Amino acid sequence: MIDQVGVNQQLMFDGESDEKQFLTFMMHDEEYGMDILAVQEIRGWEPVTTIPNSPNFVRGAMNLRGTIVPIIDLRMRFGIDAIEYGPLTVVIVVSVQIKDQQKIMGLVVDAVSDVYSIAEEKAKDVPDFQDSDNAYFVHGLVNVGQKMVVLLNLEKVLDLSDKSGLKG
Amino acid sequence: MSIDLSQFFDVFFEESFEGLDAMEAELLNLEPGKEDSETINTIFRAAHSIKGGSGTFGFVSVSDFTHVLETLLDQIRDGQRVLTAEHVNLLLKSVDCVRGLLSALQAEEEPDLSESYELKARFEAILGGEESSVEETVTTAVESEALRSTTYQIEFKPEPHLFKTGNEPLYMFSELAELGDLEVRAFHDAIPDFLEFDPEDCFLHWRFFLTTSREEQAIAEIFEWVEDDAEIKIEACGGLFDDEPAQTPSAPQVDQGVVSASSESSGEVAGETSGSVEAVKPDVETEKAQQALAAVQQKVETVKNTKTENRKSSDSGATSIRVGIDKVDSLINMVGELVITQAMLSQIGDQDITESSIAALQEGLTQLAHNTRDLQENVMRIRMLPISFVFSRFPRLVRDTSQKLNKQVELKLVGEQTELDKTVMEKLSDPMVHLVRNSLDHGLETPEDRIANGKDPVGTVTLNAFHQGGNIVIEIMDDGKGLDTDKIRNKAIANGLIQESDELSVEEINELIFMPGFSTADSVSDISGRGVGMDVVRRNIQALNGSVEVTSKQGVGSTFTIRLPLTLAILDGQLVQVAAHTYIIPLISIVESLQIDIAKVSKVGKGLEVLRLRDEYIPILRLYDIFSHQGAREELDKTLLVVVESDNYKIGLLVDDLLAQQQVVIKSLEANYQKVDGISGATILGDGTVSLIIDISGLIKLSGLRRPGSTELLVDLKGEEAEPA
Repeated sequence: MIDQVGVNQQLMFDGESDEKQFLTFMMHDEEYGMDILAVQEIRGWEPVTTIPNSPNFVRGAMNLRGTIVPIIDLRMRFGIDAIEYGPLTVVIVVSVQIKDQQKIMGLVVDAVSDVYSIAEEKAKDVPDFQDSDNAYFVHGLVNVGQKMVVLLNLEKVLDLSDKSGLKG
Repeated sequence: MSIDLSQFFDVFFEESFEGLDAMEAELLNLEPGKEDSETINTIFRAAHSIKGGSGTFGFVSVSDFTHVLETLLDQIRDGQRVLTAEHVNLLLKSVDCVRGLLSALQAEEEPDLSESYELKARFEAILGGEESSVEETVTTAVESEALRSTTYQIEFKPEPHLFKTGNEPLYMFSELAELGDLEVRAFHDAIPDFLEFDPEDCFLHWRFFLTTSREEQAIAEIFEWVEDDAEIKIEACGGLFDDEPAQTPSAPQVDQGVVSASSESSGEVAGETSGSVEAVKPDVETEKAQQALAAVQQKVETVKNTKTENRKSSDSGATSIRVGIDKVDSLINMVGELVITQAMLSQIGDQDITESSIAALQEGLTQLAHNTRDLQENVMRIRMLPISFVFSRFPRLVRDTSQKLNKQVELKLVGEQTELDKTVMEKLSDPMVHLVRNSLDHGLETPEDRIANGKDPVGTVTLNAFHQGGNIVIEIMDDGKGLDTDKIRNKAIANGLIQESDELSVEEINELIFMPGFSTADSVSDISGRGVGMDVVRRNIQALNGSVEVTSKQGVGSTFTIRLPLTLAILDGQLVQVAAHTYIIPLISIVESLQIDIAKVSKVGKGLEVLRLRDEYIPILRLYDIFSHQGAREELDKTLLVVVESDNYKIGLLVDDLLAQQQVVIKSLEANYQKVDGISGATILGDGTVSLIIDISGLIKLSGLRRPGSTELLVDLKGEEAEPA
């Protein structure tokens, strides 16, 4: 079966229609994936303007061709220790529907990894983590080759008004 | 192909609504007995255009209704009837009714015709019921026809291009039929061979025998729209049946046998534009003709229905503005200059850079900055409309409301030409309606009370608009009884807004009316008094970065003052530095910027610092502290204080440094993020970085300087404790 196929972005994978493409990125040596259709662009890290009194995971606001876009450090959002930003650090700009509003936000991650085609039903439900805070952000787990990829629920990750997931 | 009329619907609706507004305004100017013909003419013309337009587009409900309206106006215009107050009231009601019909049609809903029928009946009663020199009206004509009816023979020979001019004979026929007994004969002798047949041309011509009590002019009016596109001959003739068609040289071939064929082809033709005339089965017998006409009318009804259904996807939410051609011309001029400047700069760029070219470059850049600013100002001006767009609805509102309340009110409008951004204007309308209603309901007394108090029985409400700095100020003044401070105080205590023990100044008590859940109206009326009023007004205006305040003197009157920025899109900003961050303070709110004289700073209560500045005490807010920034200068003598004013209170913002002043384009931070306390928006600076715009009143709230529910600062700065040590 083809549940373990890694495909390159250039490779048009004409798989089953229920397969979705996921962009994966690295964070703290783990691989995470998000629906590629939500991704608008990938940029290098550049300094942003601090938003006063914002939660620590909100790095600030950036000018994306005239639009003000908030930048969120995903490590901090997940409560992982922050690292210094380096040349591999990227900002994934995503467009997500949050409560009837289409919002554009940037996510700071360690590095981008790959693009996979994954059949949604292959994604396993999240086991009952002790750490239920982060489980809230997870859409499912899926095996790609020898690796495990955590598929994120972007709507929940980026819904900043929802305090249930986070300690801030 | 047929012309898709629906593309003109939007224009029609827009023009009709404008026409209705004009009618309304002119009607309010009318005083029975003193009407001037120009005013009546304006109203008549507006009604006539709406009727004509709606007829063209097949909105029969509207055209039928406006027709009677027009008849009445016509009679008044011709001096056949004397205008009465009742007429004015009825006409005003019908303006509302037509507006309702048109709105429903625009929203592609089935219009509610009950009101129009009722009003129409009243018009007809006026038109028909009185004995006057007036000729009989359309609808009464049929009944009174027996009295003095004449038979007219009408020849109607349209040019082939009739349909292309947007005219629909079917409607004219049905209108003719309303005048009296109608017999229609269609002639199809001009229909060419099938190969040469152009389905968009009209090859038919008609002859009518109309028995009516109306005069020839009434018939001519029906054909008014097609006068230039057809041969029309109207003549009175004695008998209907003696006049054999064969005697008419222009239609030698006509006979009953071909009638059905002709109507079939005419059906094809007319079907292109609006439906089918198949139902017109011309027959020598009047009876049959009438049956046919009933069918025609049914068809018309169906056509109307399908038309309404067919109208799709027209976005009624989209609005447009009319821009003066002079504004457009000046824009074009400016763009021309911009192009020249650009050409000049690129010429410099092509050359090798020398000392002299640098000077030229700098000059060019200055010019470019100048051009850009001019262009920007002019583009903004396109959005500016005179505030009369909002003001114009108030005469009607005041008239209706004062009648309902049995009060006599004179409305004065001042500064109607003051210009304001269209978006601001749209959002301003509702709060203003509320304030004016309040003035009428709560402010002004009844005529009896006014006389008892030695006032003119006619109360005055004044709307005044003017520019002040970068703001537009709108005042709503009444000369009524003013706010009753005792009543407000008691009410606020009863509602738990303040404590019995609180001592409040008159201004503070007046401020209470803006609190949520406050209403002093003894009874809830449909005019005001639901207790959701003033706080909503204030919130709406604050949402526009504006403020509203009230001053009042008991027995003399109250004034509500609304202050709004002229535009929501651009702001003059002062860039300031706080630690490593750049913020923007709206220039409008800055009173002054100064170096702090430490000797004049004293501490009050829990670390609140106050600067004595001339005769005032200014609380100092350390911006880095409020915004939790590290690394800012903290020593008061090394920093600068920007004194800002908001809601009549002055505070000093401590910043590290003042940077440039510039115009900034306001961008929403909320769109992709969320509301940030103390920040009203963001902008992009020249170097591409984002800078945040400080929201002064939000900042005061954030700093906790205010006692909740009061605009008084937490510390009474005028009191003893604020004296410098």
